[in-house]
Amino acid sequence: MIINHPLLGPRDAQEFTYLGDATLINRPYWLSENALRDFHDYLHLRDNPAGEHRELWFHEQGDRSWLVVTRNTVTHKISSVELACDVARANGRSTGREEAQVA
Amino acid sequence: MDKLTALTPLGDVTARVDTIGGLEIREVVDQAMASVAARLGQADLTKETTAAKLGLVLPDVGLSSQAAPFTAFWMGPDQWMISAEHDSHELLASEVKLALGPCASVVEQTDGWCRFDITGVAVCDLFERLCNAPLRQMANGAVTRSSVEHVGAFVWRLTEERVAVIAPRSSANSLHHALIAAATSIA
Amino acid sequence: MTQMNRLTGGLIDQSKPLNFSFDGTSYKGFAGDTLASALLANGVRLMGRSFKYHRPRGVVTAGSEEPNALVELRSGGRQEPNTRATVAELYDGFEANSQNRWPSLKHDMLAINDRFSNFLTAGFYYKTFMWPKAFWEKIYEPIIRNAAGLGSLTGEGDPDLYDKGFLHCDVLIIGAGPAGLMAALTAGRAGAQVVLADEDFRMGGRLNAETHHLGDMPGAEWAATAVAELASMDNVRLMTRSTVFGAYDHGVYGVLERVADHIATPAAGKPRQILWRVYSKRAILCAGSTERSIAFENNDRPGVMMAGAVRAYANRWAATPDQNIAIFTNNDDGHRTAADLIAKGVNVPAVIDIRPDAPKVVGAELLAGAQVIGSKGRLGLTEVTLRLASGEMRSISCGALAVSGGWNPNVHLTCHQRGRPKWNDALAAFVPGDDLPMGMTVAGAALGDLSTHGALAGGAKAAVAALGDLGMTAGIPILPKADDTPVKLTPFWHVAGKGRAWLDLQNDVTVKDVKLAHQENFVSVEHLKRYTTLGMATDQGKTSNMGALAVMAEMTGKSIPETGTTIFRPPYTPVSMGAMAGRAVGKEFHPTRLTPSHKWAAEQGAEFVEVGNWLRAQWFPRTGEDHWRQSVDREVTQTRNSVGICDVTTLGKIDVQGADAAEFLNKIYANAFAKLPVGKVRYGLMLREDGIAADDGTAARLAEDHFVVTTTTANAVTVYRNMEFARQCLWPDLDVQLISTTEAWAQYAVAGPNARKLLQKVVDAEFDLSNEAFPFMACGEITVCGGTRARLFRISFSGELAYEIAVPTRYGDGLIRALMAAGKEFDVTPYGTEALGVMRIEKGHAAGNELNGTTTALNLGLGRMVSTKKDCIGNVLSKRDGMNTEDALRLVGVRPVDAKDPVPAGSHLMAVTGPVDAGHDQGYVTSAAYSPTLGTAIGLAFVKGGAARMGERLRLANPLEGSEVLVEIVSAHFVDPEGEKLRG
Repeated sequence: MIINHPLLGPRDAQEFTYLGDATLINRPYWLSENALRDFHDYLHLRDNPAGEHRELWFHEQGDRSWLVVTRNTVTHKISSVELACDVARANGRSTGREEAQVA
Repeated sequence: MDKLTALTPLGDVTARVDTIGGLEIREVVDQAMASVAARLGQADLTKETTAAKLGLVLPDVGLSSQAAPFTAFWMGPDQWMISAEHDSHELLASEVKLALGPCASVVEQTDGWCRFDITGVAVCDLFERLCNAPLRQMANGAVTRSSVEHVGAFVWRLTEERVAVIAPRSSANSLHHALIAAATSIA
Repeated sequence: MTQMNRLTGGLIDQSKPLNFSFDGTSYKGFAGDTLASALLANGVRLMGRSFKYHRPRGVVTAGSEEPNALVELRSGGRQEPNTRATVAELYDGFEANSQNRWPSLKHDMLAINDRFSNFLTAGFYYKTFMWPKAFWEKIYEPIIRNAAGLGSLTGEGDPDLYDKGFLHCDVLIIGAGPAGLMAALTAGRAGAQVVLADEDFRMGGRLNAETHHLGDMPGAEWAATAVAELASMDNVRLMTRSTVFGAYDHGVYGVLERVADHIATPAAGKPRQILWRVYSKRAILCAGSTERSIAFENNDRPGVMMAGAVRAYANRWAATPDQNIAIFTNNDDGHRTAADLIAKGVNVPAVIDIRPDAPKVVGAELLAGAQVIGSKGRLGLTEVTLRLASGEMRSISCGALAVSGGWNPNVHLTCHQRGRPKWNDALAAFVPGDDLPMGMTVAGAALGDLSTHGALAGGAKAAVAALGDLGMTAGIPILPKADDTPVKLTPFWHVAGKGRAWLDLQNDVTVKDVKLAHQENFVSVEHLKRYTTLGMATDQGKTSNMGALAVMAEMTGKSIPETGTTIFRPPYTPVSMGAMAGRAVGKEFHPTRLTPSHKWAAEQGAEFVEVGNWLRAQWFPRTGEDHWRQSVDREVTQTRNSVGICDVTTLGKIDVQGADAAEFLNKIYANAFAKLPVGKVRYGLMLREDGIAADDGTAARLAEDHFVVTTTTANAVTVYRNMEFARQCLWPDLDVQLISTTEAWAQYAVAGPNARKLLQKVVDAEFDLSNEAFPFMACGEITVCGGTRARLFRISFSGELAYEIAVPTRYGDGLIRALMAAGKEFDVTPYGTEALGVMRIEKGHAAGNELNGTTTALNLGLGRMVSTKKDCIGNVLSKRDGMNTEDALRLVGVRPVDAKDPVPAGSHLMAVTGPVDAGHDQGYVTSAAYSPTLGTAIGLAFVKGGAARMGERLRLANPLEGSEVLVEIVSAHFVDPEGEKLRG
C-alpha cells in the first residue's frame, strides 16, 4: 500500500509500523469516577469495521511521525492521512494538565 | 594514559574507499553531526536564530541547505541534522546549543552514524537495487529517510552523480556489504 | 542429428548454432530458440509425463501458459524443476531433462497408473486413504509424497545471487505486443516516465508470431522499429524477460526480471534474477490473450497443440512439430494456422471446422461441421479420427493437430485486487470487469480487442487517457494500417464421447472428472477446483479454466458467467524462492549490528551471540577452558572478586529534552522522576496500558530539561516508538523532544570491588570518583585518557560496585583497550552476556525472562514503584482486583536443597508431595544459572504469594523430562541483599 504522508507525499506502507484504531488517542482521565471501566473500554473495546477505519501508523523508517490514516479495510482505499498530533489536539488532547481541570 | 585512538565505523584507522566499475564508495568520517529539534511552538524562532547566529537557513521538508562551515538536512517535523567538519567542530552540539539557546534541543549525533558517499554516473542504478527512494526524481540536495537493504538510512542526493547514505553506525559493515554487492551487481 | 523439422526464415539466427542436450541426447538449435522450438525442430515431440497418469506429453503452447512441457533445467545446485520448455531460452551447453518418469521418458513404470484411471478420478485421495486411520502417517502419506510432484531438487544450495530493486514511473505498461508498444510510443513521446515490461526475450508479442503487415512492414519488423525508437528515449525503460507477476495495492507491481537465465552461469557477483517492486502512477495492461483448446478423446497426445502456437513455431522459430498437420477449429483464426503452415511448405491434410458454415480460406481440404473424436499414437500423434458432418467416420494421418477453441483475454492482473471479469458473448470469453486495480487500464487483446488494429488503437488511447489523468498531454499517433478482421467463432468446448477428454493437461483433469465432481455435489467453482485440482500448479489453469467452467455450466444448466470464475491471485507465473529471498540469505539474512568493542573482542577469541541484530560477546574463553561454563564461572568470580568489564552499548539510549521532559517521564514510567536531582540516575519501570510490565531501565538527569533514558537491548525500538506515541498522540502539547543516541556512545560496565581503582587510572585526574563525590546513582560528564569526552554513570546490574562509562563510539575500541590495560594489575576480566546473566540472577534483577508480557509490577516485587500520586501509562489498569490478589505470583529465589541438584528453567513449582498437574501449580522458574558465587544452581521464580513463603520447600517439576528437584524458597537477592557492595 501507499500512504500519502501529509509532509512527505506518497510512501510505501512497508516503511510504517501499524498500531490500530485511532481511538487509542482518546486516552481516558485516570482519576475519573469510572476510570477502571473507561480504561478497559479504551484498551479492549474497538470497532472492527469492514469499511472505513481510522487507524494509527508510525513512520518508523521515515520521519517518525505518527499518522492517522483513514482506510477502507475492504478495498484498501485511503481517503485521508493526517498527522496524529493534529488529530490529538483537535480531539482536545494537550498536556494532560487540562484533564484535571475539566474533571 | 595514552590518548584514545579513533576507529572508523568500518573498524579501521583510515576511511575505506572502494572502486567498483565506475562507482566510488567512500567511507566519510570527517563530519561532526548534531540534531536540532525545536522546542514546542518555537520552530520559527529556531529557524530565525539559526539563520542569525549560524548563517544557516534550516531547510524545508525533504531538503538540505548549506552555509559554510555548516550543512543541514531535514530529519522530521521541526527537526534537523546539522553537520560540519569534525576536527574543527568536534564539539558541534555544544557550539550549536550555545548559538541557539533555549529555543531548541540539541543532541550530539556524530558517532551515532556511518556515512558513505557514492560517486559515479551509475549512482541511481546502484540505489535502485537497494532502496525505494525515488532517487532519479530527487533534486540535488534532496534527502529522504528510508531503508537501504533493511538498514534504516538517510539517502541524500548531493549532486547528479554523488549520493550520501547515512545509517546507524553499528550497521556500517552490513551497509557496506550491501553497497559493494549492489555495485558489483550493476558494474 | 539433423533438425528434420526446421523450416526456413523465422526470427532465429540460423548462422549461430547452439549445442544443447535433452535427457542426455545432444541436439543443435539456433540463437533465438527456446527449448521447445529447438526440440520440435529436432523432431522431438515427447517432452514429459503427465502428473497423475504418467501419460506421454508434448509441448502444447508457445508461451508461459504451457501446462505440459515442464522440464528440469541445469544440474547440481542450479537444478531447477518444473520449468516450461516454451520459455527456456537456449544457450550453448544448455542442459535439460524430462521429469516424472522412471527409468526413462519412453518407458515409464508409473505409466501403469493410466491403466487404473477409473480409480484415480477426482477425489481419489480423499476417498481412498480415509481408512484405516492409523495408516495415514506411516504408510499412505510417504507413498503419496514419493509419487507426488513433478520435478526434483538436488538438495544442494543455490549458488546464484538474486537482487531486489525498486522502480518509479508514471506509466507501467505490461506487455509489449502491438497494444503495449503503441501505448509506450504514445506515452514515451509525450515525455512520461515509462516502464515497458514483457515476459518474452523479444518484444513484439504476437507480432513476432504472425505474418500480418503493419503499414508496409511485416509485423515483427514494425515491432523492432518501435522498440528501437523506445530504446532511444531516456524516459523509457525497456524490460525484456520481465514478468509482471502481481498487481498490488495502490499501483505497486511485482516484476521478475530474468537477467541471466539465458546464459550458462551468471558472471561473478551478478544476479540470476531481479525481483522489482514497481511504483506506478498508472498502469496499462496489454497482456494479450491465451488460446484455448477443444477437448476430445485422447486429446493429450504429443503433437496435439494449440493452433496459435503451431503458427508461432512456424513463423517465429521456423520449427514445426511435423510435416503433416491437421487443423481443428471452431473459429476463423484456426484457418490462419493452415494458411501460414502451407506458406511454409508444411502439408495440411485437412481443416476440420465444427461450424457447418465454415468459410473456405485455404487450399487445404475443409471439413465443415466435422469433429475430431479420437486420436492414435503411443508416444506421439499418428492419426486423428473424425466424425464428419454427414455422420460418417474418417481417419486422417498426421503428426500434429493444431486446435483452436478461441482466445481468452489475459485478465489475470485485473483480478489481483479481487476484481471480477465480465462475460463477453461475441468472444465467448471473460474480459476485464469494471473494478480494476487502482490506476490500471487495459488495452488490446487483454481487453478483448483481438485484431492488430484494435490493439494499436486501444494502446494509444489508453496511454493518452493515463497521461491525461496525470496532467500530461499526448496526441494519438498516426497508426499504421493493420489487420482489423472481426472475431468469428461458434463457442465449442468439448466433443461428446465416452473416453477421457482432457481439460487440464497439467493436473490430468478430464471432462469426466468435472462431471463426477458435479455429480458429487461440488457445484461451486472454487470447490470444483480444490476437489479435482483443476487449474492448480505452475500454469494456474491458463489453458484449462474456461473449458472446465463450460462443462460445469453445461451440467448445471446455467450460463458460464452464472457459473462463475475462479479468483486469480499473484503470481501470474511462478517466482522462485531465491528471488523472493534476494540478498537476505545466510549470514546476510538480516543486517548485523556490531558493538564498539567487536574488533577487540574478536581478537580475544570471544564467542558471539545474536541478540536481535546485534552480535554480543557471550563469553571470552581463555586457554585451557574447553567448556563455556568454565569461562563464565571464571568471569563471574573474577568480577566479584576484583573487576570485570562488559560492553553494554546495545542497551537503548534515548535522549529526552524539553521544558516538560520530567513531566513526560512521569507519564511513561510507573515511578516518579520529577524530583530526580540533576546529576542522578534512577531505575525506571515502564508498564503497558493494561498494567503489565513492558520494559525497565534507567533515566539519568543531565540537566533540568535533559535526561538520557536507557531501555533493554531487545525493546529499544518499541520503547522509542511508544514514547513517540505518548509525545505525539497522547500529550502533544508537552514540550519534549526525543532522539535515539544508542549508537553515538560506546558504553562499558566496569564492575567489581576494584572498579573505582581501575577507573581512576583512566579518568582524568580532575574528576573525583570517591564515594562522597560520586556516590551510587550519580552521573556526570567527565574526560578520560587525557581529554576524551565521556559520560559516567554509577549504576550496577551485577550488584557490585559498578560504573558505566561512555565515550563517543569512535573511541570505543580505544577505551576497551585502555580499560583492559589499566586493569591488568587487578586481574581484570572482560565478561560476556552469560556472566552478565549469571550476576543479575544472583542479584535478583528482573530481565526479559521476568518481563515476559504476563507479569505486573506487583509480580516483580516492584508494586510499590507504581506511583499513586500521578498518572502514567498502565497506572489505572494495574490496579485491577484480579492482578492484586493476596496469592498473586511474586518474584522469589529458589535454590536446591541438595546443592548438587540442577534448577531447570521453565520447571513448575508443586507441593513437596501430591500430584504434579496444572491444578496444583504454585508457580514457575523464569531464569536459572549455576552460581559460582554460591557454588550451587539457583533460579528466579514466580511463586503464588511468594513474599510470605521464604524458607518453604517446594518441588520443582519438569514432567516433560521427568525431573523433580526439591528446592527452598529464598530471597531473589542471593548476593549482597542489603546492597552494601554497590554503595561502597
